[in-house]
Amino acid sequence: MLGFLLILIASAFFTGIIIRTKSIASGRKGPGIFQPIKDVVRLFRKGVVYSQTTSFIFQIAPTIYFSSVVMAMFVVPFGPSKGIVSFDGDFIFFAYILALGKFFNIISAMDTGSSFEGMGASREALYSLFVEPAFFILMGSLALITGHTSFQGMFASLHIGSYLSYALALIGTFVLMMIAMIENSRMPIDDPKTHLELTMVHEVMILDNSGFDLGLILSAGYIKFAVYGALVVNLFIGIFPLQYSIPMFFIIQAVLAIGVGLIESFMARFRMGHNAQFIFALTSVSLLIFFGALLILGKFA
Amino acid sequence: MSLLVSFLVVQFLAIIAIPFVPVTWKGIIAYMAIMLNALISGYYALQTLSGESFEFILNGSAISGLIRIKIDALSGWFMLIINFVFLTGGFYGLFYMKAYRDQKNNLSFSAIVFVLLNASLLSLCVIQNGFVFLIVWEIMALSAFFSVIFEHENYLTLKAGLNYLIQSHVSILFLMLGFIWVAIKTGSFDFVAITIFTSENQESIGLMLFLFFFVGFAIKAGFVPFHTWLPYAHPVAPAHISGIMSGVLIKIGIFGILRILTLIQVNYFVVGLIILGFSILSGLYGVMLAIMQHNLKKLLAYHSIENIGIIGIGIGIGSIGLGIGNNLVATLGFAGALLHTLNHALFKSLLFYTSGNIYQAAHTVQIEHFGGLIKKMPQTAFLFLISSLAISGIPPFNGFISEFIIYSGFYYWLPDAELGQLLVIIFSVLALVLIGGFAILCFTKAFGVVFLGSARHTFSHSIKEVSFLQLLPLYLITLLVVIIGLFPQFFLQMMNPTLILLVPNPLDSNLLIQDKMNSFIHPLTWSLWIFVLIVIFVYLLRKFVLKKHRIETAETWACGYVAPNSKQQYTASSFVRSYSKLFKPILSFIKREKDVQGIFPTSGMYETHIYDRIEKYLIDVPIKGYKSLLGRFVFLQNGKLQFYILYGIIFIIAVLCIPLFYELMISFLEFIKQI
Repeated sequence: MLGFLLILIASAFFTGIIIRTKSIASGRKGPGIFQPIKDVVRLFRKGVVYSQTTSFIFQIAPTIYFSSVVMAMFVVPFGPSKGIVSFDGDFIFFAYILALGKFFNIISAMDTGSSFEGMGASREALYSLFVEPAFFILMGSLALITGHTSFQGMFASLHIGSYLSYALALIGTFVLMMIAMIENSRMPIDDPKTHLELTMVHEVMILDNSGFDLGLILSAGYIKFAVYGALVVNLFIGIFPLQYSIPMFFIIQAVLAIGVGLIESFMARFRMGHNAQFIFALTSVSLLIFFGALLILGKFA
Repeated sequence: MSLLVSFLVVQFLAIIAIPFVPVTWKGIIAYMAIMLNALISGYYALQTLSGESFEFILNGSAISGLIRIKIDALSGWFMLIINFVFLTGGFYGLFYMKAYRDQKNNLSFSAIVFVLLNASLLSLCVIQNGFVFLIVWEIMALSAFFSVIFEHENYLTLKAGLNYLIQSHVSILFLMLGFIWVAIKTGSFDFVAITIFTSENQESIGLMLFLFFFVGFAIKAGFVPFHTWLPYAHPVAPAHISGIMSGVLIKIGIFGILRILTLIQVNYFVVGLIILGFSILSGLYGVMLAIMQHNLKKLLAYHSIENIGIIGIGIGIGSIGLGIGNNLVATLGFAGALLHTLNHALFKSLLFYTSGNIYQAAHTVQIEHFGGLIKKMPQTAFLFLISSLAISGIPPFNGFISEFIIYSGFYYWLPDAELGQLLVIIFSVLALVLIGGFAILCFTKAFGVVFLGSARHTFSHSIKEVSFLQLLPLYLITLLVVIIGLFPQFFLQMMNPTLILLVPNPLDSNLLIQDKMNSFIHPLTWSLWIFVLIVIFVYLLRKFVLKKHRIETAETWACGYVAPNSKQQYTASSFVRSYSKLFKPILSFIKREKDVQGIFPTSGMYETHIYDRIEKYLIDVPIKGYKSLLGRFVFLQNGKLQFYILYGIIFIIAVLCIPLFYELMISFLEFIKQI
């Protein structure tokens, strides 16, 4: 329950911090960190425009996408305190429930009959296909080290002791953050601020959404970032008492958000054609963690 | 005994009656026979699932020996699946076949083979005698063949049917070798002889015997590389036959593998690894080719291969669990496999029936011709959507539950796995995840292009939804898909006797395993319920909020372009273009193109087809070589009568000469026996 509340709070400022960092890096003053939330609230108050081509799929898809992200948020624990639901193998549920949201996102883009949105849908389907293995191998490695198969069990018994495990936690952070960037269509993969529809991925898929639906999609994106941020935090806080771990949560989330902002400011996006390979390469980074886990357990002996 | 007699009487009466009744009654009689079969077999099958088992012994002939009929929990589980799929599929078929009312004889024949197919599939689950098993297997193969070639005046249908016929006889050949090998060594065709034979001999012999059976059953099940008949046979059959073939016919191969696993005494770890290897190959290869298919039914056929792979991964894990003595892993593996067998039977038959609806409405199943069907056939679209989600393993539907159980099998194996086994686990999980991702890519493509957007092609006839009665069985299947997704405990409970049969362990440890399974299945189910509630809540909230606001409709935003048309939509090929570019080294294409040339341009064309690489090297290339070899002897067939008489005379002389070589032949036979 604690994790749920913290993620909710973090999601309120995570994207705001990214945007603020970017504007400062480019020498602008920029909007306040709660501007994204204000935008969503404004969208919730607006009417909607539907395309004549669309069907009921287009209307329910944002709802299901948003619900899937909320459900994913329910699963994430906070250190030793469980998520709202927690069971053996809940990370499988986590990944698959997010997949449900993506499925609807993709078909709702196809529903508009727009060539641009179809293009985005095709890319999204391919990228999300390649990002999953990295997540599963990362979680498998954690399960191997800790002997637990639920988020809470893994994170609660993840003792950071040796140098090797520090290295693993750092690589784990890298993998999780990259997954978060891909899932949220951020910089190295996709540029949310691009002005050309041909080069968009996520943004082009939601071209036709408006009003409440667009608000749902945007807020789902904010929550998703905070959810992955929370997973990263969980790699580190382990068994710290709450008075340390809660401030750590916000500090780490803020650091991650600033990091994302800096990456977006100083890095060019990858070539569209090479994105899929790049994403799949993430799996090999996860495999590195897996082999690290084998080293820790002395399986190579 | 009366059970068997009544069972046979039902088939006999149905087969006799069908040719003589008017055309509207043929299907109904066949359906009634299937209902009676379902009643008889379902009665026993349901009892086996509460832990009982039934055994009858028939006096066979001198060759077959005593024929043992045993209905245990494994047969019960498969019989129930067969019954459900036949009942829904048969009902759907009644309406689907209405369009062919003028082909009276063809209909009688197809009704008869339909009944035979049902009866033989049910019998295969219970027969415990290799000799009779082979005979019934042959009846099954033949009746399936005749069901497939219903539209036999079409050349392609006949070709696909013959392809299936030949390959299913290769399958029978392997099974025959297995059964006869055991029979020669032990003198009995009874299934118990397999256990005796393998426990008395070395492990390598048991493994060899297992491989014979495995290949035989794998051809029927459609494991890669034995799958090549499947993508041809499924698309050409009538929709209800495709659904039944994919739903239960290929599952009889899975049943065979499970049955042999309960009988044979081998190193289960090695066997598990073999099954796992073939299954991962099937899963990945099946779905990777499915993505490239632009014929909806062929796409579904490749997905059957993929799902057989997933089931096989479960069986592999189960068998490995037996081998390493970890009963929890074994139970989870087999539970996942059995549940996925049921699940696949449901959503795959549903997908085939919906594609049948599309075929009836549009007379084509080429994906690129469609678009926007959801507005003309909303119910079919809805059913297709549910089954696409289920087959992609997405919660809260049934496919997710079985995949989840298989995943947990892997993750519970982690703690006591050695280095090599850990690598097996991690790469199997990698494969399973990729399979899931590919399935999502494939079904977003299929659903998106067929049902969504606007129409890409103008049909000369109007496209209408099929009648409600025809949709009724489809809704029934959907209901079960949802129920298994939201209440899996009930089905896992039902499966328990079957699991005990597959993983023989003491009762208390079985209870422990049950507890362990419930410890994550219960909260998982709760989570799914919570999710459904969240969706309903957000949906109602949205509805409430939108009430106060203006809702408009307008053109799709085409980024400033004001005259978009349906030809500009993303097509199926463009949707998977980046995928196909990425996997070019694995996939192979046949391209045909003709440029537009000259001052007065001629017509140009360009077409690409995906070509199954395994089919090329395993079937097409050898056949080509074989044909060119036989082509050298074509001079023998010169069409001159004199020569043919000469061949006859040479043959007769050769036969007359046999006594001359008698001694030689005897010593040769002795020599063979010594080996």
